[in-house]
Amino acid sequence: MKIGVVTFPGSLDDRDAARAIEMAGGQAVHLWHGSDDLREVSAVVLPGGFSYGDYLRCGAIARFAPIMSSIITASEHGFPVLGICNGFQVLCEAHMLPGALTRNHALHFLCRDQKLRIENNETMWTNGFEKNQEVVIPLKNGEGSFQCDDATLNMLESEGRVIARYLGEDPNGSRNLIAGISNVKGNVVGLMPHPEHAIETLTGPSDEGLTFFTSILQQLVGR
Amino acid sequence: MSLDTVTNAQSHPEAVQPFRELGLKEDEYDRIKTILGRRPTSSELAMYSVMWSEHCSYKSSKVHLKQFGDKAPHSDALLVGIGENAGVVDIGQGYAVTFKIESHNHPSFIEPYQGAATGVGGIVRDILTMGARPIAVMDPLRFGPADAPDTHRVLPGIVAGIGGYGNCLGLPNIGGEIVFDETYAGNPLVNALCVGVMRHEDIKLAKAHGTGNLVVLFGAKTGGDGIGGVSVLASETFNSAKPTKRPSVQVGDPFAEKVLIECSLEIFHEDLVVGIQDLGGAGLSCATSELASAGSGGMNIQLEKVPLRDPSLSPEEILMSESQERMCAIVEPSKIKRFLAICKKWDVTATVIGEVTDGERLNITFNGELIVDVPPRTVAHEGPVYNRPFAEPDYIKALAGSTFTVPLPSSPAEIKAAVLKLMAAPNIADKSWVTSQYDKYVQGNTVLAQPEDSGVIRIDEKTNLGVAISTDANARWSYLNPYEGAKLALAESCRNIAVSGAKPLAVTNCLNFGSPEDPGVMWQFAETVRGLADACLELGLPVTGGNVSFYNQTGTVAILPTPVIGVLGVIQDVRERTPMGLSQEGLEIYLIGKTDANFSGSEWAYLHGEMGNAAPQSDLNMEARLINLLLDGQSIFDAAHDVSNGGFAAAISEMVLRHRIGATITLTDVAPELFAETPGRVVVAIDPSETNSLVALAGKYQIPIFKVGVSGGSDLNINGASISIDELHRAHTETFPKLFG
Amino acid sequence: MAKIIVEVMLKPEILDPQGQAVGSALPRLGFTFAQSVRQGKRFEIEVAGDPTPEQLAQVEKAAETLLSNPVIETYVVKVEL
Repeated sequence: MKIGVVTFPGSLDDRDAARAIEMAGGQAVHLWHGSDDLREVSAVVLPGGFSYGDYLRCGAIARFAPIMSSIITASEHGFPVLGICNGFQVLCEAHMLPGALTRNHALHFLCRDQKLRIENNETMWTNGFEKNQEVVIPLKNGEGSFQCDDATLNMLESEGRVIARYLGEDPNGSRNLIAGISNVKGNVVGLMPHPEHAIETLTGPSDEGLTFFTSILQQLVGR
Repeated sequence: MSLDTVTNAQSHPEAVQPFRELGLKEDEYDRIKTILGRRPTSSELAMYSVMWSEHCSYKSSKVHLKQFGDKAPHSDALLVGIGENAGVVDIGQGYAVTFKIESHNHPSFIEPYQGAATGVGGIVRDILTMGARPIAVMDPLRFGPADAPDTHRVLPGIVAGIGGYGNCLGLPNIGGEIVFDETYAGNPLVNALCVGVMRHEDIKLAKAHGTGNLVVLFGAKTGGDGIGGVSVLASETFNSAKPTKRPSVQVGDPFAEKVLIECSLEIFHEDLVVGIQDLGGAGLSCATSELASAGSGGMNIQLEKVPLRDPSLSPEEILMSESQERMCAIVEPSKIKRFLAICKKWDVTATVIGEVTDGERLNITFNGELIVDVPPRTVAHEGPVYNRPFAEPDYIKALAGSTFTVPLPSSPAEIKAAVLKLMAAPNIADKSWVTSQYDKYVQGNTVLAQPEDSGVIRIDEKTNLGVAISTDANARWSYLNPYEGAKLALAESCRNIAVSGAKPLAVTNCLNFGSPEDPGVMWQFAETVRGLADACLELGLPVTGGNVSFYNQTGTVAILPTPVIGVLGVIQDVRERTPMGLSQEGLEIYLIGKTDANFSGSEWAYLHGEMGNAAPQSDLNMEARLINLLLDGQSIFDAAHDVSNGGFAAAISEMVLRHRIGATITLTDVAPELFAETPGRVVVAIDPSETNSLVALAGKYQIPIFKVGVSGGSDLNINGASISIDELHRAHTETFPKLFG
Repeated sequence: MAKIIVEVMLKPEILDPQGQAVGSALPRLGFTFAQSVRQGKRFEIEVAGDPTPEQLAQVEKAAETLLSNPVIETYVVKVEL
């Protein structure tokens, strides 16, 4: 099963996302931002990094890349998309997910092993988790504070679209400690922590992040 | 001001030139005139002045540094030695690793964020230039007192700059040091290390070969950055009518560098360059003269072709600009089309600015007028060499004859208070406030990172081959005895590699000192180099490169001599690495190595305002046996941690805090055993069933071992002093957030 | 030559930690006048001659799609001659 990983100029965790897909049993396909060809992949990961230096706003320029128009169109028909960190920011900038990611409340870049609760295990990317499973996954960003208006927040909460929430000390000032959300259909998921850095205990704090990648592969195979 | 051409220099020999303002001495200026047979043009003067500066020419240190070559032990691992951008060592399986450490002290004092950021950028380009993919960085830092106002000005900015640049490049930051001392007030040290990996056949060198090959400048456009940086040159000297003073601070663009890295690696992968050099200190002056000097012929450069960010720059300024994120490549004409296509793919500006000639001169023209005509070696490699006077400073004998006392705890209550005080001291306290601003996970190959003894990176995901890197310095020992201090720093760095389970392979260094014009400082420097060269010979490790930073002083107060030693080790299977933390209850805890009750240079003495009188004597034969013991016994160690700053008290506390598993410790002579920093000691934890194996190893390598305790419980108990893990954790972690917010 | 200015501010209801940091630094330096501080961005776009209505409309469009994020930010377009 082929899953694409998009490389924008300034993407950093693209090879790591590809490694996670391979380790989960999939085939990773590199997609270039400047092409609109999805190369017959069945799902896409938008990886972490600093696309275009994130100088304007995180993800603001990447959303206009040719590959993104193909992804936006496909996602409207249920094509699965996971945005990790900078990828989450791109999804919000592209209005594929509501809200925005802003500067951490402490104003510092923060890299730490973050405890999360997986609150929605019915999306394409989280169906391998137990409901309310607690996992530890690295968090590393400077602009990870999830912000939106009250109406949007109520909608996300009431529709069960908060897929993961931070546990323990508040890392960045996100509303309702939101770490990840999904669209209505559950095919588009944005997540601030980095599951691709928790796929083996040798190089990460746990191997619990791998479940995001095995979830989508099972979903795709079962179709 | 009109263009000062070679013709003009010949016809107007009488022109008065600002060589002194450019940092050149009268005899150095005369030597330039002798070399050229005329006065230099203003562009030539600019080039010679920056290239003959201390920073670029190593004119005060060269006579000493050659010991690293003269005393070099034979090493099959060394693929590229001193003199290139960075040394390269063979780690097996066809992989070559390059690593180097450099200082960016003065720029970081002036503008902490950009100074530190561009320090990272510069060392990363050095590694990239060798043909390697950069895979990790580390940053040893030194600051004035933790509560001093200037420390509060520079530390947050420096840390944010290192993080801001390194994180954006996608390089894991896996270690380093943060040390506070009064002598660094007004003169912080920002040293940056980078390590990179490549296949043997991909090694690149900074040489311009092949008549007719093209000189290509690629990367960022050239602006007025850093003119006056390296050479302290004010552009008004050239043209006093110009109103604006050029900024001496270079500004970094990490996104441009990230793209430059990927673009360069793609170019290397297709084997499109003959030689390559990055543009760092002294910019184009350095890159063109070094490439030509190391090559076989001469070089012609058309300076007006250099793409400018600021069109008002004069030719002299273009030659000296230190704008970041630029590279210079030598490309065969048949490959230029492909080279430029890859640059276009990555949106990187690339311009042919000249060609390699069969002559012997570096000729630079500006709109057709010849403004530089020099033998490149005289600029790049044959600068002045000074044998500066040196003499042992008076403080050495005065301290050696002095006595000092520090209060030593004995009752359980005193022991508890002393350990908590030590663990909260800024030099020992938890550094997560700093290290959590660095990405340690990116690239997905980080096996160990700070606060572990060394950073361990997986190189091959199939075979699990990896490397370990550590940096160390004990400046207080170096102050008391620079010869022994250098040897001890190397020994400690090697020990840090070995406790993690890796075999030390090669050495780099960053030698931070005060003014070389002070004979006492020059003596410290000479003794340091002699000690390091002797120690490398004795331990059989080659020095692959390094950096010297002089003039680190505020007024007449020089910094403590601070030789930062970086050691690279190789580990055949990273899954076998030994971490530092106690991971389970019921492990037996041993102290390997004998403790001596000398508190000189220790953190405990420093906390009581004492320097001490005599550094420990190094015993490198013992250190080598200890390293072999650690490697031989790697499979029996559940945890291993080097005993260094803060002594056994700090080591055992750190082992307990890592996974919050307590320990009960019994020491014979409690105060010295807790706080003395006797080198050559390691704490290990083993399963009780491995006791006989450890005893056998100790016998085989003739190193004394002492059983000091057992792991378990929710507190650290030392001779009846019970400290709960919560108390210990609070003391250890509160300091930095309290100080820096 | 004229400049078209686009000023982008976070919406009042969106947390602005940078503005807050500046706001709390001011009194520490003895500047006690500030009730609150919000930090924004300013873009200076140079055009040849006086900006035409078409150019201004294009800038409006750019401000809405690229220069600001309407989810969290507002913008104003001005002309400086």
